Amino acid sequence: MGTLSEISKQIIAGDASSVPSLTQKAISEGLPARDILQEGLIGGMSVIGAKFKAHEIFLPDVLMAARAMQAGMDKLKPLLIKEDVPSLGKVVLGTVRGDLHDIGKNLVSIMLKGAGFEVIDLGNDVSPENFIDTALENDAPVVAMSALLTTTMPVMGEVTDLIRQRGLDKKLKTIVGGAPLSNDAARDMGANAYAYDAASAVDRIRELLSGG
Amino acid sequence: MRPQLRFLDNDLIEKIVGEARVILKELGVTLHNDRVLSMLSDHGARIDKGTKQVYFTDSVIDSALSTVPNSFKLYDVLGNETHDFCSGKVHFTPGSAAINVLDFESGKARPPVTNDYVSYVKLVNQLEHIASQSTALIPSDVHQGMSDSYRLYLSLLLGEKPTVTGAFTIAGFDVMRDLQLAVRGDVDELRERPLTVFSCCPTAPLKWSDVTSQNAIDCAELSIPVELISMPLSGFVAPVTLVGTLIQHTAETLSGVVILQLANPGTPVLYGGSPAIFDVRYETTPMGAVETMMVDCAYAEIGRYLGMPTQAYIGLSDAKQLDAQAGLESSMGATLAALTGINNVSGPGMLDFESCTSLEKLVVDNEICGMTLRMLEGIHPKEDFPSISRFQELLSEKHLLISEHTRRYLREEHYFPGKAIDRAQRSRWLEEGGLTLGERANQEVRRLVKAYEPSRLQDSAKEELQNRMESEARRLGMDRLPETRIE
Ligand code: B12
Repeated sequence: MGTLSEISKQIIAGDASSVPSLTQKAISEGLPARDILQEGLIGGMSVIGAKFKAHEIFLPDVLMAARAMQAGMDKLKPLLIKEDVPSLGKVVLGTVRGDLHDIGKNLVSIMLKGAGFEVIDLGNDVSPENFIDTALENDAPVVAMSALLTTTMPVMGEVTDLIRQRGLDKKLKTIVGGAPLSNDAARDMGANAYAYDAASAVDRIRELLSGG
Repeated sequence: MRPQLRFLDNDLIEKIVGEARVILKELGVTLHNDRVLSMLSDHGARIDKGTKQVYFTDSVIDSALSTVPNSFKLYDVLGNETHDFCSGKVHFTPGSAAINVLDFESGKARPPVTNDYVSYVKLVNQLEHIASQSTALIPSDVHQGMSDSYRLYLSLLLGEKPTVTGAFTIAGFDVMRDLQLAVRGDVDELRERPLTVFSCCPTAPLKWSDVTSQNAIDCAELSIPVELISMPLSGFVAPVTLVGTLIQHTAETLSGVVILQLANPGTPVLYGGSPAIFDVRYETTPMGAVETMMVDCAYAEIGRYLGMPTQAYIGLSDAKQLDAQAGLESSMGATLAALTGINNVSGPGMLDFESCTSLEKLVVDNEICGMTLRMLEGIHPKEDFPSISRFQELLSEKHLLISEHTRRYLREEHYFPGKAIDRAQRSRWLEEGGLTLGERANQEVRRLVKAYEPSRLQDSAKEELQNRMESEARRLGMDRLPETRIE
């Protein structure tokens, strides 16, 4: 079996102890960083994603795989930078102002990191300005917002309005989630995407970044 | 004999409580409110100002447990006693604070507006087995800054039953206090006859937000009863085992008891919660899971053991419609809750993980509650010994339909559900339209909303309520409140 398929196999198995050395092995074999990332690490995670949706495996298995993937990423990162492979993307994430519900948001963060995204987690009670300024400072193309209360959901609309007012709508994409949200609500407030759970948040953000 | 269910024996309860005390002493809780921090510190708890961590002591816990009342009462807007939260008494209240209302006509969940809330209050006012109102919906047609107080306003204005509620902000509480004073007249009267129960929710794991801590001590100051709603999610932000979840729930709830009792010894408390297992397939918090219900019943046993009346979010469903799953989860929960003797059961009307309220479901759940309460009364002899004369009567008359004994006990022994529950012959059912449960319940909703009679609260109090709410609305930039059709 090739090293890359061995990497994805160990990611699927959630084995964080073997993935770093396998990644190192792939690097020593001279494989391009991009291939190690795409075929090895992300390859494993896509299988995991599909199995999770089919209820063949459960959330803890996904998180184990994500941890293994993270361990491989740590090894690969210097090479990705050296070979100028763009990161999958940076996401600024937070629960909106006035809202302290962060359990769902934290799960989204874990899943995004597991899928290889860089996440800047602003915590909860985050102001509209803070979302946008942080995204700009860090050159992050995605603002992901969580709200669990009817009363705080409108803050998301403030963020999308502010993005448009500041002429940033080409540069910043928004995704929203949380119990009071829906596709309709997201559309009404001018957000670019909505996801009902953390696993689909990963898919939607991928689509946003690929211009989908 | 009264039927009763137990999941825990006293040894296991002692062990769980002992473990919770260790957690409170050694790990403590994070508490983002300086006033409460210094109050705890004054009473001997160790405080780390930098990390906002409080480490409890056995003596502060014991002293709280010695002042917390083992029972208390609630009174309706007219001042009549409606609730006695004491050993074994079970009362039902609608599940609280839904994001959506399930619109019967369209079958869709949508944000509620004032008129939905008005219909809801009219309905609850007349549902016999739902003992109190709760601020079950959040009308979306008023300023968000008043969405907590506006619900209470409508409930106090239109309904007579006491109200289970909660504030969303520190300022929200002040308005909600003033609304209660508009009904009761003054603070002493409110203290004497509590009208509401406020939910205060510690943040899992082992945290208290600024707002919740402040709401808690604000309630305590006025002796407003508080239900402590700890929400460990098993396997996610709490241990996966039910015992582990119970340890966390006990620690979080005990920390709340301490805060309330230090703020004002004797503050009435419901030892409550809304725990759930975490479904690792869907990333959800199923309220209809049997393990969620087991945790509810078990912590209520712990609460009772510690000497407090109890509350739980149980008897609700994760279904999206009024379907068989809704019935199964709601009735299983209501039955288990009643058999456990949970004093305030929050659930009727709710679907979709506490996110959606259905008026039709409320009508059906009222029947579930009625049947459950009947079951709780148990089986008792009523002129049944000796029985020979009754059987002689039966054999000679061929029936007992008009027997003295039947007429005396019929209504006590048999519970008669309303129209939502189908007990007709198939032909009659067909002749009457072959209606589904949802359709029958909807007919009941319409009938009851129409049959509503205005609250008997005195007009001066109603005016006072209106004035206070209107001035709050103006403060928030609304010229007037949405129209409420009262008749
Ligand atoms: C746990 C909980 C709490 C905990 C939160 C702890 C914490 N650290 O987060 C505590 C106790 C603190 C709490 C407090 C309150 N709560 Co609360 N809470 C809940 C509860 C029971 C579960 C939420 C949860 O964690 N679910 C599990 C996670 C995994 O799911 P999730 O959050 O939905 O997230 C998933 C998806 O939505 C999505 N997602 C989430 N965020 C994002 C973001 C993006 C970008 C994307 C793509 C996807 C996404 O992915 C996640 C993973 O699958 C809900 C009811 C419910 N079932 O939703 C009520 C609920 C949300 N709370 C409610 C209320 C009323 C309150 C309080 C106001 C109560 C009070 N009076 O004190 C306070 C508000 C405090 C505040 N200012 O925020 C109401 C809201 C009502 C309304 N109409 O707005 C609810 C619906 C319960 C109810 N009916 O009463 N609550």
